[in-house]
Amino acid sequence: MLKIKNLHAKIGDKEILKGINLTIKAGEVHAIMGPNGSGKTTLSSVIAGREDYKVTEGSISLYGDDLLDLAPEDRAHKGVFMSFQYPVAIPGVTVTNFIKTAINAKRKVEGKDDMPAAELLKMIREKAKLIGIDRSFLSRSLNDGFSGGEKKRNEIFQMAMLEPKMAILDETDSGLDIDALKTVANGVNKLRSKDNAVIVITHYQRLLDYIVPDFVHVLSDGKIVKTGGKELALELEAKGYEWVK
Amino acid sequence: MPTKYTENELGRDLENKEYEYGFYTDIESEKFPVGLNEGVVRAISKKKNEPEWMTEWRLEAFRIWEKMEEPDWANVDYEKPDFQAISYYSAFKKKPELESLDEVDPELLKTFEKLGISLDEQKRLSGVAMDIVIDSVSVATTFKDTLNEKGIIFCPISEAIEKHPELVKKYIGSIVPRTDNFYAALNSAVFSDGSFCYIPKGVKCPMELSTYFRINEAGTGQFERTLLIADEGSYVSYLEGCTAPQRDENQLHAAVVELIVLDDAEIKYSTVQNWYPGNSEGKGGVYNFVTKRAIAHTNSKISWTQVETGSAVTWKYPSCILKGDNSIGEFYSIAVTNNHQQADTGTKMIHLGNNTKSTIISKGVSAGKSQNSYRGLVRVGKNAKNARNFSQCDSLLMGNECGAHTFPYIETKNSTAQIEHEATTSKIGEDQLFYCNQRGIDTEKAIALIVNGFSKEVLNKLPMEFAVEAQKLLEISLEGSVG
Repeated sequence: MLKIKNLHAKIGDKEILKGINLTIKAGEVHAIMGPNGSGKTTLSSVIAGREDYKVTEGSISLYGDDLLDLAPEDRAHKGVFMSFQYPVAIPGVTVTNFIKTAINAKRKVEGKDDMPAAELLKMIREKAKLIGIDRSFLSRSLNDGFSGGEKKRNEIFQMAMLEPKMAILDETDSGLDIDALKTVANGVNKLRSKDNAVIVITHYQRLLDYIVPDFVHVLSDGKIVKTGGKELALELEAKGYEWVK
Repeated sequence: MPTKYTENELGRDLENKEYEYGFYTDIESEKFPVGLNEGVVRAISKKKNEPEWMTEWRLEAFRIWEKMEEPDWANVDYEKPDFQAISYYSAFKKKPELESLDEVDPELLKTFEKLGISLDEQKRLSGVAMDIVIDSVSVATTFKDTLNEKGIIFCPISEAIEKHPELVKKYIGSIVPRTDNFYAALNSAVFSDGSFCYIPKGVKCPMELSTYFRINEAGTGQFERTLLIADEGSYVSYLEGCTAPQRDENQLHAAVVELIVLDDAEIKYSTVQNWYPGNSEGKGGVYNFVTKRAIAHTNSKISWTQVETGSAVTWKYPSCILKGDNSIGEFYSIAVTNNHQQADTGTKMIHLGNNTKSTIISKGVSAGKSQNSYRGLVRVGKNAKNARNFSQCDSLLMGNECGAHTFPYIETKNSTAQIEHEATTSKIGEDQLFYCNQRGIDTEKAIALIVNGFSKEVLNKLPMEFAVEAQKLLEISLEGSVG
């Protein structure tokens, strides 16, 4: 599904990614772990198409289509989704209105009319139930005054609504207490299928107790330095990042 | 690689966005030679078949105006109009007197269609009665019968002068006196048309009353005069909206609007203003110097809602004189400026009665090289016990070359007054745009979404059909082709 080959990227003059290779198949969950500054967030931002980062070498493709030529919204239409570490607030725009706009933007590109209101409402109710969010939440301004847990649940709710092929969860566990973490992880697990894939970017292994990965990659200084199964996360937790350096 | 779309580029796109409604209606019109003197004032009055008292009233205004100087305290910078280079009267040669839309000039109907406000549709869908002002003369008046049944008078002001002189004489200039300011004096001398509305005691107007203003003749100043009277216990919602064709010459617009709200009555006055703002170099565009004021008697309520997207220079402060006890004044405003537009707009809330309440919600959106100022006054008189005001002024900036300014003035002479003022300034950030992009929403749509969210509290105050049009205007004013 997703193929990353020899990816180099920099921000300003600073090279952050120094040759990443990664192949992800449908149905898989990959965890990317690493210390601060190892390039985890850069990797997710580059896949999603954030313009602050300049790709100097290498390629990223989704089902054979080169993603690097595409604007972020076009990547989204092809099925790339990123759960943000710090979701931004858009005051005055409700969660419902935002998701409606996003869904209809994609449908427009696909040559479809706007989703009928009844269908949209039904879908919203189903997904809200699945993720365990209260309906009153849907009429609040997007991320405006949300708690850390609410923000992350809202990200997963959007993921549920947009049904992406390739979801990247960027430090979705940061700032969550254990209950919120479980809720979010359960949501993600319910959305897993043989047709989609998930990249879980995290600092700690505790999230991986709930979202169990097929592969764990350790990122250090812009390179994947170790790859293993889910047990690698535990080993890493026990030995610390110094162990892989 | 996709082109990097920074705020600076966004700003450039916005600067290049041409006026969407820039077209010109090809209807023959008759106009006066340029210049202003007593003779011209008399000629305008004569053209309108006005009675002697009206002619005299205009002449007195002209004499007052002659002694006044153009004000320059507003935070705007423009070339002062040459008042002797303006033609003060323009009327269509084929002045139609119409019973139905079929009789309206097809060119005119085409214009409305382009604006997406075709009369037919408006009539059918929204039940809006319209007194359309194209240039200076009203060309169609609809729904007269329904209004007649209720005793509501809704007509061009020239007709009111002829048919209801007692009402006009009593109220014209009573809230905005001829001596009030330079432009009000000028308007009083030369106003060519406008709307008049009277709602009798206890009558709730069953439909939204609406006027579409347009300026249509190159070099013609437009001086509208609007007078609304809501008698005791009555209610009316009044809509004023406009767009104008593209042109290079600056156009002066100096309107006066007076609202009289008697005991227990309510007027809701909504405006969508989309006059030609000038091109991306700041050339052309309408100068909009407007005096709008309302007086509220006991237990009455006034609500001004405005969406300002057009004009090169705007100078406008819809105000409320809360004279009666328990009267309420509200001001909800969205002002969008782009390119080289300059807006200095706000309100005045003058609390004179006891237990008077006012609310001010002002939202300014600035893009390009524009300057957007909120200027507001809250004054509490010494006899006004328990006056309350809440003001909120929010500014949203796009790019690095525009400006947002807030000038709140508060004067209280009574210690029981409670006044609150809140202000925020924010910027549409790369983070917000990227977040939207990542969800599949392109930058243009994302800006529209963010601006609409920012303006929501005000948009919600507009009548439904108007809100949809206003939302469309906000998007048109701010969207740019994405790089």
